[in-house]
Order: sequence, then structure tokens, then C-alpha cells
Amino acid sequence: MTLETIKSELEAKIPGCVLEIVPNPSPSAQHSLRIDPAHAVAIATFLRDADHLQFDYCSNVTGIDWPAKEISEKVKVKQIVDGVEQEVEEVQKSTTIGYLEVVYHLFSMEKKHGPVILRMRTEDRAEQVHLPSLTPVWQSAEFQEREIFDLYGVIFDGHPDLRRILMWDGFKDHPMRKDYVEPDDYEYEPTAHDEVLERARQHRTVMGAL
Amino acid sequence: MFGEGILRGLAETARNFLGSYVSKNRLTTVQYPEERLPQIEAYRNFPFLVYDGEDWQQGLRCVSCFICEKECPPKCIFIEKSTDKKPDAVGKPQFYPKVFNIDVSVCMSCQICVEVCPFDAIKMDTDYELSTTNRFSALLWDKQHLAKSNEHYHKIHPTEAAAVDAQLAAERAKVAAKAKASADAKAAADAKTASAAPATPPVPAASEK
Amino acid sequence: MGPQHPSTHGVFRMDVVLDGERVMKLKPVFGYLHRNHEKIAEHETYLGSMPYTDRLDYICSLTNNWAYALAVEKLAGIQVPERAEYIRVITAELTRFLNHGALIGFLTQDMGASGTPLMYAFRERETILDLFESLTGARMMCNYMRFGGCRVDLPAGWLDQARKFVATLPRFLDEFERLLASNEILMARTQGVGVLSKEFAINAGVTGPILRASGVNYDLRKVDKYGIYDRFAFKIPMGEHGDTYDRYMMRLLEMRESVKILNQALKDIPEGPIIDPKTKIRGFKPKPGEAYGRIESPKGELGFYLVSDGTANPYRYRVRSCCMMNLTVLEQLCIGHNVADVVVILGSIDIVMGEVDR
Repeated sequence: MTLETIKSELEAKIPGCVLEIVPNPSPSAQHSLRIDPAHAVAIATFLRDADHLQFDYCSNVTGIDWPAKEISEKVKVKQIVDGVEQEVEEVQKSTTIGYLEVVYHLFSMEKKHGPVILRMRTEDRAEQVHLPSLTPVWQSAEFQEREIFDLYGVIFDGHPDLRRILMWDGFKDHPMRKDYVEPDDYEYEPTAHDEVLERARQHRTVMGAL
Repeated sequence: MFGEGILRGLAETARNFLGSYVSKNRLTTVQYPEERLPQIEAYRNFPFLVYDGEDWQQGLRCVSCFICEKECPPKCIFIEKSTDKKPDAVGKPQFYPKVFNIDVSVCMSCQICVEVCPFDAIKMDTDYELSTTNRFSALLWDKQHLAKSNEHYHKIHPTEAAAVDAQLAAERAKVAAKAKASADAKAAADAKTASAAPATPPVPAASEK
Repeated sequence: MGPQHPSTHGVFRMDVVLDGERVMKLKPVFGYLHRNHEKIAEHETYLGSMPYTDRLDYICSLTNNWAYALAVEKLAGIQVPERAEYIRVITAELTRFLNHGALIGFLTQDMGASGTPLMYAFRERETILDLFESLTGARMMCNYMRFGGCRVDLPAGWLDQARKFVATLPRFLDEFERLLASNEILMARTQGVGVLSKEFAINAGVTGPILRASGVNYDLRKVDKYGIYDRFAFKIPMGEHGDTYDRYMMRLLEMRESVKILNQALKDIPEGPIIDPKTKIRGFKPKPGEAYGRIESPKGELGFYLVSDGTANPYRYRVRSCCMMNLTVLEQLCIGHNVADVVVILGSIDIVMGEVDR
């Protein structure tokens, strides 16, 4: 029972689902299966209920933030140089769309096998951050999906009680994102380094000599 | 009989209570601070800087390499390098820290600074009766507060200090032997050149320190 | 039942809707001890996060260290020498022993046995903490495991001290059981209270002694066989009813199994290195990839999920905390019981807020 066989079974049982195996280059060799949000609940229910799989235990639900990256690649472009058409190498910069990712680790308590790792990605990091909730399938995802909503901002459709769990209810912004800016509250910081030192210096110039 | 379980439990408690008058291992309370338990040698609580010899500024082993500052997880060490150099235990001129502050209210005694120091300059202290009245400035320890002698290190961690001293002595012996060997080789080479070309005055061999 | 409450095992709040004395609805509220461990770890090196893992489940710091070291060793493919594996098993089983002892003590204290079983358990805990102090340098925040082994070797005489101590443990366990096992008050307050069904436990992601008290045979020491646990002969106690009394007895029985494992490990520990001498402490940069490593901590399945991008800091560092998952069932268990039972059920679920909130 490898990831490839599970993938082919899912493609046979649930028509229209888009699956992709994401290889894991580290020595742990824990490859994951990227599923599309539209069929996620059906896939999850099949994995939980199929007799030979019985993945009844969802152990870990994680959120990962992949911000937009700028990639520059050298492309050969036909250009007219001195009246002669030549192939010139040009550096083209493009920006990938950033996304938020949710990773599920599934194990089986009945059959004692696993892990099977599922991934779901959002469209972008700003508006289209909706993903289906797998809490109706595995109750253990309830608190963890609330935590991902709290700290990353992914909105889970179908979650019974989606509200902030670790931060207080009136908190704005999502702390675990890579572009989170901490609030500017200066405290006594005797051994300040790097960014903390910069902010402390700014405060000191504003407040006068300390 | 109803209540039998409770009576059995009470018999257990009575045995403990009366037994504490008779046997030592049932009486587990230590009346601190009049009685103290013997300090375990490996105990660690806040770091200190080691200096060799009598003068704490001359004998300070720290050469301000910044490794402990980089590796400290809560970033509680603050070092400023000096601009001049002073000779170390084998005589080689090294930088020394002009400022070495540790914020003890942040330090979590994790001992990573001790593990990564290549010069055995920072070690863990064992003192825990450290209460002060000022929450801010009294918990920022500077170089003078932190510098403690090698004898102090031997007193609090005897086996560890002995091992460190043996290793440092071995390293210094190796450095001295290498310098002596190179000086001997140079003297031999100069003697050869002196005998080959008598017009050139012999250059005195560079002496090691 | 607000965060300042002597029986909520830390700063933990429960919004309880009552009808007289019976609980209708219960919502757990936590986050009071949220220290942002996961974001701090993204700025620290891999080694720099090790002292922070001590402070997750602060009663059992050595098993937290082992879980993190296991995840990093899976990520980077590092082998661990045999002596280090034995030391890890010995320290983990000692930690399991003192955790279960403290839990029984706190549970009975919440029920009103104002501290006597707690102090009995703490008497043994003191000896174990002295052993940890002579080995690692600190009683609770040990910071002992490294990627590929342990930090320092056992000092001279530690094994004899440990063997002498473990030899006294069966007698202590007999005394501890006799103290409370057939106590009518304990039985009346715990039997039938907070029954957790097997299917709900599996679906809710509950692990550890709570799961096994509901009759599910799932112990990571036997399933994953991490470390060298497949060399030791020990049984997995299982419960039938899934109520608080079963969860309480589970801890006592697991303490006995831990003593069995300790006897075997202390007898068979070989000589040898405790870490590969060529491992660098600084500049550890695993290749890009991800890994999920988990162990059977005394409270359940503690897992670490690490995503590396090839630099010295992890890209994503996630703690799968067993206490937070075990809290999923709290509402279901408490509905229909009295307020006084809520405290007992919460005590048997065994939470430590450092791990729930991270």
C-alpha cells in the first residue's frame, strides 16, 4: 500500500479529483499527496472508511505560509542587434503567487499503518483563502483547524465553530504569517540585537536620551 | 464492610507517620535554610567568565569571538570587541571583550554558550541565592560581575575543571612544542646559511613566547 | 470556571452552561500561556530550539527533547549510537514514572485528598530529579538530547544509583496502590464518570493512556517501535469502561510497566559513544524536505513536524501537542455530569498548559 496505489484508487473511486504526489527530498521519505479542495471531503471519507485503508486517526493538521517569491530566469529572446537578428539572453523576472498550505497527517489505529500525508493549497494569501473543513470526517481536526484560522487566516468552510483559539477574540492579523509585523511596544531591553536594537534606537531618539 | 478501603488507606498513612519517627528515609523534609542538602556537582545556574591567575582583566580567557552571542537562544549576551589586543596564556596577542553583558532575567541556563565556546572561557555557575532589590539594572551583569577565577571553577565543578585544565595544558604544550621545533629548525637553517655564506651575519633565531 | 482556579491545572478557562448543577454545554478557552514557540523556532537554529522544547510540557522535559531530536534525526537521516538509545529509554521511562505519579497525586488532590498521595509521589520524584540533576545539570529544564545522541555521558556511579532506586520502586508502588485503590470515595467519584467511547476517542485524535483506557490498543512504543523499544518485553495495559477510574488505574499499571522496562534497560546498557564524535554543534543545516517524528510521551502522542529549506533555521516548526488534542473530548465527557465531576474529568485527562498553548 504505497502512495501511488492510494492515488490510483482515489482517482478511480472519486471521478474528477485532481491529485498530485509531492515528493519529499529529505531522508525521511515521507511523500505527500496534494488534493484539490473541491473533492477533499469525499477523499477524506473514502480514506477513513475503506476497508483496507481505515485511516481513522488524523494526527496532525499544520498550516504553512508560502509567500510570493520573485524568480528571475535567463531566457533566450530573439532581438535585432546591429541590424542582425540574434538570440540574446535576457533576465526575466516573474513573481509566483503566494499561497497558504494545510497539511494533514493520517494514521490508522485499526490497521496500524501510516502516515499518509495530504496537502491542500489556497489560491492566494489575501482573498481566496477558503478551504473545506475536514472536521466532519475527523473530530481531531477541530481545534487544529481553529488554530490555523487564528494564526494563518485560512477560512475553513463547514467547520462547526470557527473562531480564534490561541489569540484573544479581538485580535487583528494573523501572527504566524511570514510578513507579520509585531506591534511596536518598546520595553526595557538591555541586551538588544539586530532588529530589536534598531527599534530601541528609534524609540530612544523619540523619547530623548535615556 | 463499607469503609474498609478508607481504613486501609489510613493504615498506610499511619505507618508512614509513625515510621518517620523511627526510620530516616520516611522523614523527607529538609529544614532549609538551616539544613542544606549537599550540592550536586553537575548543577548549573547562570554562566560566568573564567580568568586564570590573579588579575581578572589580564587573565580573562574570553577573546570576544561572538560565538556564544550568536548561539544563545534568548539572545541575552551582549559583547563589544576591544580595539587593542592583550597577550593570552601562551603570549599570543588576542582581542578581549570591552563590554560583556549578560541579562540574567532572560538567561535560561541552557548551557549552549558553554558548549560552543572554543576557548573554555564561559562556564556555568551554581549559585542560586541571587535575589536583588532592583529588577532592571541589578539583573544585567557586566564583565566584572561575571569574571570569576579558575580556583572558583575548581571549587564548584572539580572534575569538570580538572578535565578542562588538562586539556588546556595539553593544547599549550603542543603550541609550545611546535614553536620550539620551528625555532630549532630555523636556527639550524640559519647556521647552515651562516656556514655557507660567511659574509652574511647570522640572523638571531625568532624566540617563542 | 476561570483561569484563576486551583484545579484547572494551569491557566485554563472553561465556559460552562449549567442547569442547576448539571453541565449542559462546555467550551474550553485557552491561549493564556501562548508563548509563540513555533514562531520563535523559525528565528532560532535547530539546536537553539532545544531548550524551548523543555518548556512545552514542563513536567516531562526529557521526552519533549527526545521527540524533537527524533524529528530532526528523521529529517537529516542521522543515526544514533546504541548507548545513547539506552540512555534515552531510561530517562524517558523515569520521566513517565514521575509524570504518572504526579498525575495521580494531582487528581486525588482535586478530589479532596489534600496532598497526601501527591507528597508520596513527590518523594520518589525528588530522587528521580536528583538523578536528572547529576546527569544533565538541571532538574526540570534538562536540555539533554542532541541530534544524534545525548549531550554528556552518564557520570560515574549514576547507573548504580539508578539501579538501587529502581529496586525500591515496586515496594513504593504497592504502598501507593494500597493507599487509594479500594477507597470508597475514590470509586464513587470516578467510576462511571466521564465515559469515553472507543469510536469517539479514535475520531477525536485522543492518544495516550486515555485512549488505552477506552479499550484501543495503540501505543507508539509498540506500533512505531522508535528507538530500541522492540528489545524490551512489556505489556500495554488496557481498560474496559473508559471512565475516570479506568484512566486512573491505567497510570498505576503503566508505572509498573515502566519499572519493568527500566530493569531491563539498566541491566543491558552497553558501553560506547553517546554521539558521533564528528557531529558539529554549530552550523547544522539539514537538506530541504520535511519530516514528522512522534513519540509516546507520558500524556499521549507528541509529534514534531519540521519543514526545512536548507538554511540553519527551520522554515516551519510545528508541535503536535497531545494535551490540546486530548481536550477535544472534554465537552462530550462532561455533559450530564455535575460541576464537581468536571474537575475530576479534567484531572484525569491530564493537561499541562505549557503544551496546550505552546
